[in-house]
Amino acid sequence: MGQVNEKLSTLAFAVVEENGKTLNVTVPKENLYETASFLRKSCNCDFLMDIVGMDYTDSLGTVYNLSNTQDPAQLVALKTTTSDRENPLLDSVHDLWESAGLYEREVYDFLGIRFLNHPDMRRLFLRQDWKGHPLRKDYDANPALNPVPMENEPIEDMETVPAIELKMGQPVESTRKLFAEDEYIVNFGPQHPATHGVLHLRVSLEGEIIKKIDPNFGYIHRGIEKMSEAYTYPQILHLTDRLDYLSGTINRHAVCLCCEKALELEVPERAHYIRTIFDELTRIASHLLGWGCMAMDMGSITAFVYGMRDREKIMDIFEETAGARLMVNYNVIGGVAQDIHPDFQRKVKEFIPYMRKMLKEHHLLFTGNPIARGRMEGVGYLSREQAVSLGTTGPSGRASGWSNDVRKIEPYAAYRHADFKEVLRREGMTFDRYIIRLDEILESLNIIEQLIDNIPEGAYAAKTKAIIRLPEGEFFQRVENARGEFDVYINSKGDKSPYRIKFRSPCMTLVNTLIPTTVGSKVADLIMIGASLDYVVPCIDR
Amino acid sequence: MEVKDIYIKNMKTGDFKENEYLEEYVKELKNNGVNIFISKIDDVINWGRSNSVWPLTFATSCCGIEFMCLGAARYDFARFGWEVTRNSPRQADVVFVCGTIVHKMAPVLKRLYDQMAEPKYVMAFGSCAISGGPFKSSYHTVMGVDEVIPVDVYIPGCPPRPDAMIYGMMQLARKIKMQEFFRLPLQPDMKPYLEAEQEELKEKEEVADGTSK
Repeated sequence: MGQVNEKLSTLAFAVVEENGKTLNVTVPKENLYETASFLRKSCNCDFLMDIVGMDYTDSLGTVYNLSNTQDPAQLVALKTTTSDRENPLLDSVHDLWESAGLYEREVYDFLGIRFLNHPDMRRLFLRQDWKGHPLRKDYDANPALNPVPMENEPIEDMETVPAIELKMGQPVESTRKLFAEDEYIVNFGPQHPATHGVLHLRVSLEGEIIKKIDPNFGYIHRGIEKMSEAYTYPQILHLTDRLDYLSGTINRHAVCLCCEKALELEVPERAHYIRTIFDELTRIASHLLGWGCMAMDMGSITAFVYGMRDREKIMDIFEETAGARLMVNYNVIGGVAQDIHPDFQRKVKEFIPYMRKMLKEHHLLFTGNPIARGRMEGVGYLSREQAVSLGTTGPSGRASGWSNDVRKIEPYAAYRHADFKEVLRREGMTFDRYIIRLDEILESLNIIEQLIDNIPEGAYAAKTKAIIRLPEGEFFQRVENARGEFDVYINSKGDKSPYRIKFRSPCMTLVNTLIPTTVGSKVADLIMIGASLDYVVPCIDR
Repeated sequence: MEVKDIYIKNMKTGDFKENEYLEEYVKELKNNGVNIFISKIDDVINWGRSNSVWPLTFATSCCGIEFMCLGAARYDFARFGWEVTRNSPRQADVVFVCGTIVHKMAPVLKRLYDQMAEPKYVMAFGSCAISGGPFKSSYHTVMGVDEVIPVDVYIPGCPPRPDAMIYGMMQLARKIKMQEFFRLPLQPDMKPYLEAEQEELKEKEEVADGTSK
């Protein structure tokens, strides 16, 4: 922490504040690129977690949340603003971090800030002909302006790429075509069973070899972040379950932790234990489904049925305690919604040996299969440097040797009471991303086994006020979702609803990872690599 | 109670709730009069159709996971002959709209529906597909799929349990059994759409005539 602070003091224009483990660096917009490249090169901030677009009513701005791989607990928030609301321009940092490319497109889509020298300034989620930028505070939500379209988005619009460059000190606008006239383009999705949702990939092929991929998002963009600005905090919790529905409990946990941190609320230890066990059960369920779907994409329907069969056991446990199967809606601010069912501990303890036995069977059934191995080994290589630059967190990043488990970096809830190891592999192939998920199930079972007998007695939730108002300020919370790092950024003005809430979706960077890992390989491997990254599209689109 | 005529092997008539709309439907059909010979052939064809409905694999969000559970071992909709999920709309009989439909997705869904061959059915799964559900106040959500395509069965829930989905499937099976296969294009619920289409065609012709003159 001190080192970065010292180094930053050489920059005269930067205003540095320390806020717990976060270093807030505010710079004027002219010095944005200089500071960003200083942080990247001299201070080792090689992991760009997220770019948050902000509307401060009188000005627009961005917040770059940075972390570094050597000291991952330390965070840097780089902030800048521009007072030009008509034609806001900021420098692009896409050449410093590969993940910034998509994040900047998202900021442009939502707030209308254009990034100088960014090669692709199309909208990310909304249609190119959408009127207005929805996350601006003065956005006109009149449905007459943007009626439900009855025609598909024209290919012309999708392919025309505008950009804005700085030439001789003047911004110059230009457009180019994404694909050449004679390129052979295949559409995957939005309705395609192997894209795991409604993702639209436009793939340029040369014979069977992939030359270029252009992902199109927004087919399930529901505007959760804008809706949240009008909702109270307990209401927002219900939307977080529906972001990444396979790790809904964990997402909800993140928002609860963020609010509790802001309120300085003491959560009972019993609630921490229950939450942790629920998180790990969710992770197992998610990995089982991911495993089954990956097998199904390869043509093995049997494995899918086996995975779903084991998942049903977890669904039963959830249903008994929380009352629902998939959307458990169980975490609330201050604890959990109700106490665990009397049978909960017994059922979980029965489940652990069952799952261990079944995992062996899964390995026997599928991992050893020569056809499956032939399709997974030596395909879709991702190096550690690239994983860091792309922000590929979670099991996919750990398969490349990047130790990024938030449960280890910043132990939250009851993880500090459990002794577990972070599963790491080095090779970074599709097979490693596959096997790491099965190993993580074992590790999750270990965590649950250590916690389940030691759930302390006491209250299951702390008392909160009827109307929850967060104090003024910025709050940030990271958790480890089944797919990677899920972050919540809340900017509060002291009201009962947030001024701005931003979720870092781990899945968006996973789709970005698809591009370097698949270009140059066969088109059939695209399905395999996509399945091994295991993204969930509603989490990207939000 | 005319609805008792419709025999569903897997469920008794008493287990279905709210049969009024079906009774009205049967009454209307009976009033119009049906050829006995054709109606017998209808019965045979509909028996076959209602027991081998092929759904389209179409899922946009959360409800899709429950749809997968429905296809897996525990709930297993293969018991009712619904298991042949098709990836191409041209081979599907029914589209399960699992999840929120947003502005960008609406034309895609409409095109999928248009590509399906008659007779085709739509089931709206979950509150998002019914009315926009939890995302009602969003700027980018379509407030129910019935704004885009006609819906036969609505299944409430967020997401509905697979049991509820099976109940919805049985409802659709009954509806299929009641239809007259040889007069399908004139089904009462199809009329407004056909009329609207014809009007559109007329308008287009008029415009074309105007420009040619």
